[in-house]
Amino acid sequence: MPSENSTGPTTAPLRTNCETFSLQLAGAVDGEELDPAAKSHFETCLRCQAELAQYKKLLRALASLRDQRLAVDDTLVNEILLALEPGGTVHRLQRLSSASRSRKAAYIGGIAAATAGAAGALVIASRLAARQRLAS
Amino acid sequence: MDSDRTNELVAAAKEGDHRAFEELVRQTYADTYTLAYRLVGDEEDARDVVQETYLRAHKGLKKFRGDAQLSTWLHRITANCANTFLGRRGRHRHDELSDDFELADDVPDRDPVFQADLGDLRSNLVAALTELPPKLRTVVVLRDIYDLSHDAIATELDISESAAKVRLHRARKRLRESLYPMGEEQAHAV
Repeated sequence: MPSENSTGPTTAPLRTNCETFSLQLAGAVDGEELDPAAKSHFETCLRCQAELAQYKKLLRALASLRDQRLAVDDTLVNEILLALEPGGTVHRLQRLSSASRSRKAAYIGGIAAATAGAAGALVIASRLAARQRLAS
Repeated sequence: MDSDRTNELVAAAKEGDHRAFEELVRQTYADTYTLAYRLVGDEEDARDVVQETYLRAHKGLKKFRGDAQLSTWLHRITANCANTFLGRRGRHRHDELSDDFELADDVPDRDPVFQADLGDLRSNLVAALTELPPKLRTVVVLRDIYDLSHDAIATELDISESAAKVRLHRARKRLRESLYPMGEEQAHAV
């Protein structure tokens, strides 16, 4: 690693130091203690100072999310309270499987409807056949 | 919620008053759900985490001494439950937060200029959070949104404090790079 004391306006050593200390910079934003080499680098590096300003904005934006609440329907309260009742584990398991149960119900309902339809068609066909026999 | 009222409810719930606990649930469930969703990134999974959180809170309420706020205590339990949940879910499926959820601000514009500046950044931030791996997202959400201490985060996630800090720094770095993709070039141009 190049020395912090290296002279000259080249950007390569600075880049290396910036990368070396980049994770520390992410901690420096909320006052985490820095090792002396990192501290001295940040005091003189414009790039890192610009990044530090970005981190500060980032932290303010993150903190502002604290006031947000996601919209959630109040059935969740009932689910929580049911789960807390004696035997609540049963309620919980029922809820956990409710999605798959509703899919199963739809599937069984579909089969039942199809079976009923097919049976109806058979009855109609047999009646028509009987009428034709009687007519002939 | 008023802190005196909360303390009364907690005291009553500790004595076995179910209505008091129910009231606490009603006051806090939206906040708990929001955190759970931010951690696990799925509505149904978040609901399961919330249920588990209140089951554990109910069982452990007598141990709650009131040193911390009730909300902080609940956040820690939620973090622990979500961590267990994510661990179980682990390799079974890819974790992604969807950003199509509805939001409600509990504390509307305290400073309109600040809020306006934050508008775009905040929506981009929510999207950037979805891109983080769950291990990084969990730490940055708990520390930078919910203000949990490094120590608390390490305890609830069952990792060392230094590991929690490294994850936090990596998460912040990724978020910054995502939100300011031109930052590097601009800084070098100075």
